Amino acid sequence: MRWLKWISLPVLGLLLSAVVQTAGSVEAPLSSPAAVPADQQLDTAVAQLNQYFQQRWQQAGLQPAAQADELTVFRRVSLALFGCVPALAEIKAFEQDQQPNRLDRWIVRMLQDDRFGRYFADRLARSLTGVEQGPLFIFRRDRLRDWLAEQLLADASWGRMTRDLIAAEGLWTDQPAANFITIARLENEELDEVKLAGRTARMFLGQRIDCAQCHDHPFDPQWKQRHFEGLAAWYCQATVSLAGVTDFDRDKNQQPVVYKVAEPGKDQQSGRTVDPAVPFNEDWLPATGSLRSRLATWVTHPDNRRFERAIANRIWGLMVGRPLLDPVDDLPHPEDSAPPDALDLLGAEFRRRGEKLSVLIRLIALSQPWQLSSESPEQDLQLLRQQQDHWAVFPLVRLRPEQVIGSLFQAGRVRMVDQNSHPLIRFQKMTSENDFIQEYGDAGEDELNAQSGSITQSLLKMNGRFTADSLKVDLLSGPAEVLQLSPDDATIIENSFLMCLTRRPSAEEQQYFLEQLKDNRNQAVEDLFWALFNSPEFSWNH
Amino acid sequence: MEPLITDRRGLMRQAAAAGLSFLLPCLAPAAARRRGTDRPASLIVLWMNGGMSQLETWDPHPGTLSGGLTKAIRTSAQGVQISHLLPRMAEQMHQCLLIRSLHSKEGDHEKGAAFVRTGYNPEPTLAYPTLGSVIARQLPQASLQIPPYILLNPRIPVPESGYLGNEWNAFRVFRPGENVANLTASVPDQRLQRRLQGLDVVGREFARRRPLAEQVTLQQDLTRRAVQMMQSEQLAAFQLDDEPAALQDSYGRNDFGRGCLVARKLVETGVRVVEVTLPGFDTHISNHEGHITQCQILDPAMSALLQDLQQRDLLQSVIVLCISEFGRTPRINPADGRDHWPSWFSCVVAGGGFRRGAVLGATAGEIPTGDSPAPLDPVSVPEVYATILSQLGIDGSQEVITPVGRPIRFASAAPDLRLLHSGS
Repeated sequence: MRWLKWISLPVLGLLLSAVVQTAGSVEAPLSSPAAVPADQQLDTAVAQLNQYFQQRWQQAGLQPAAQADELTVFRRVSLALFGCVPALAEIKAFEQDQQPNRLDRWIVRMLQDDRFGRYFADRLARSLTGVEQGPLFIFRRDRLRDWLAEQLLADASWGRMTRDLIAAEGLWTDQPAANFITIARLENEELDEVKLAGRTARMFLGQRIDCAQCHDHPFDPQWKQRHFEGLAAWYCQATVSLAGVTDFDRDKNQQPVVYKVAEPGKDQQSGRTVDPAVPFNEDWLPATGSLRSRLATWVTHPDNRRFERAIANRIWGLMVGRPLLDPVDDLPHPEDSAPPDALDLLGAEFRRRGEKLSVLIRLIALSQPWQLSSESPEQDLQLLRQQQDHWAVFPLVRLRPEQVIGSLFQAGRVRMVDQNSHPLIRFQKMTSENDFIQEYGDAGEDELNAQSGSITQSLLKMNGRFTADSLKVDLLSGPAEVLQLSPDDATIIENSFLMCLTRRPSAEEQQYFLEQLKDNRNQAVEDLFWALFNSPEFSWNH
Repeated sequence: MEPLITDRRGLMRQAAAAGLSFLLPCLAPAAARRRGTDRPASLIVLWMNGGMSQLETWDPHPGTLSGGLTKAIRTSAQGVQISHLLPRMAEQMHQCLLIRSLHSKEGDHEKGAAFVRTGYNPEPTLAYPTLGSVIARQLPQASLQIPPYILLNPRIPVPESGYLGNEWNAFRVFRPGENVANLTASVPDQRLQRRLQGLDVVGREFARRRPLAEQVTLQQDLTRRAVQMMQSEQLAAFQLDDEPAALQDSYGRNDFGRGCLVARKLVETGVRVVEVTLPGFDTHISNHEGHITQCQILDPAMSALLQDLQQRDLLQSVIVLCISEFGRTPRINPADGRDHWPSWFSCVVAGGGFRRGAVLGATAGEIPTGDSPAPLDPVSVPEVYATILSQLGIDGSQEVITPVGRPIRFASAAPDLRLLHSGS
């Protein structure tokens, strides 16, 4: 067993260094983020957006909920951007920061944090390619995700990213955007144009037209089957080979490559030819370029309101858990004559500011609906629904499995689990994330649908090892640090509440847990963390 | 040291005494002791994961190009022959309806499984519920303290409940016959009680501030049901310790065999739907050898299950369905494997008023060229499902409004009378 000795030495070293890092409680306090430069402030756009909602509430005769306290809003931002609750260290630093525009400054800094890149890229990758495994070897979700994270952290233009995705060429490894195409490869090695057309329309135009594969859109007379077929035809020249994604306008017999549609069950080549076509504004199409690059230019054309509305609705959905217009990808055709709605207002600022997703994220987080409380003493269900429909109260939305385990992991520690954390802790986080999601159940592709929890999830949170690991009072744990570092029992309870729920305990809660702490303190702290982890408040965005 | 759970009902009593809102017991008297048709109906699905070859199992074509090495043997059903790899099932075929003409368009594992599990072609914009979710939702069972829909040894990660919502997702058990994960509290009873009390304090504060909205979390209900399940005597249905060794041997001492025996115990307890997975059918290489191995697991387990249900007079109320996401190609590839073949494949249904000792549909032994011809007497998956639903007393034509506002029927076809015993 000599090999075991050689392996165990570095592992022991890692462990020791992790202990030293964690136990050494002296750490440079988090600095306050710098002011947002004047030319990047969004005050006017935020005011317009707020005015839109205020008018909407007034017309509906609704009184908006009270403003949520800033810690609650901070929790929402952290869950939306990092996929976990804020760390105790962050909460303390946020509270100590008394400079103006605190929230916006913190958001701007969070948008440059690795945690944002990783978590948000995963969300976007799901929207782009679903949750299926995809074809072996030629679909690399990890590469797509890394690329998206790089783009997000570089604050890249969504228009440019979209063009890269639709018109990607090359290998799925060194041109990661190409994975948007390769996931659609069929078993017979052809590309599934229908799938690509469906994804393009849903993701970039906010339109479900998959049904038009077989028939006209049932509710929207604008969308006919021929539109769908015409859209699919733009992808007909793309092929996936060992050389990666390439476009060929001639086949091996030097015949032009055309898109054919056959009756179900029949060979595609025996079908009728369909030319590439767009459902509206053909004048936006450039005259030259590959079919896919022409489609990409059309989709992202500055006058294509669908493009900005689609991404604004999706980012709202990813931030809040519920899109502004539900479902996220079936938006009505924007009428030129209609007054601008929230999606238009968001979209206009997004376009003005270089089509950056960071602009949408900040605008949403600074808007009044996002900052409203989820508390509503309302006893009338119908009135509550009306309030929810008009965003006059912040909705209760179940956290995604990634957010639950992310929060469970973070709340069990005092400091941020981020790129600066010890490799062992990051490794532990990654493995527990995967294992937890497998047991908890993935939300699937349909992730913006409101759903309640399941009994499997309750049992996992109550009795599972992930909860047990996070609440244990031992050397490396947050609960142990809380016990050691808090000067008195009241602070122990306060810190535990802040770590798990990003709020302070109520008087009743404080009193109850103070009583509990009189006995076996280690057990009482573990039981406190258990109660907090299992509370609905922990697993729901509010 | 604090005592471990000594009285299974102790916690419920303590909880009731403490007046905890989410712990109020809602126990109905234990049911499911009844037999024959006078008991709640259930479904057991034996899911052959990866695509079972019809040619090595239910639809052999010996002596033809497509038939390969598989021979056909006579069975207890007159005129019905199945593969020689299933000798024990051959003795049970008088109880079964064999359908050889199922067909699908989906030759991809994920899409094929989505179609066969839901009876609807998969759509990117709407997730359909599996047959199991629909049954669990439509046939509530008040006396049941464990979930109504259980997957044993599952392999498919996709949620089952689709547009019906998480509540109707299946409960997953990865190692059937062993202790079910997360059902035992990591602390003694008394301490769990204290934890639940703390949870109640924190939960009350949250609910007080948003009395109506909080109800959507179902938190109180879920915690109550979780605690109830942790304490329930019905959990014994997951355990095999008390089952006679000979019976366990007859099912087979492997995950699938144990799963089938647990499935029998679960439906006996009143569980509505149990799905047991046998993985390993994706035999692109060495198909025949692969199916020898698979059939050595399937044959004893499925035949023991049918016999066991019959002996316990449960076969009238329990439907057993053995099915796969698709079949495998008539052509044997250069690696001696068979590839995916949705054009025709087989399933077996037994019990619950389905025809017995009969075959529906037929396929040819030659290897098709060009467009694949339809099998003789085709039966669709939606037809099978509509028939199962109707036998369980559920109207498949009933529409529900999905979250996107589209009305959808539980089954996209009507029940098929060809599948039913003439007397039922």
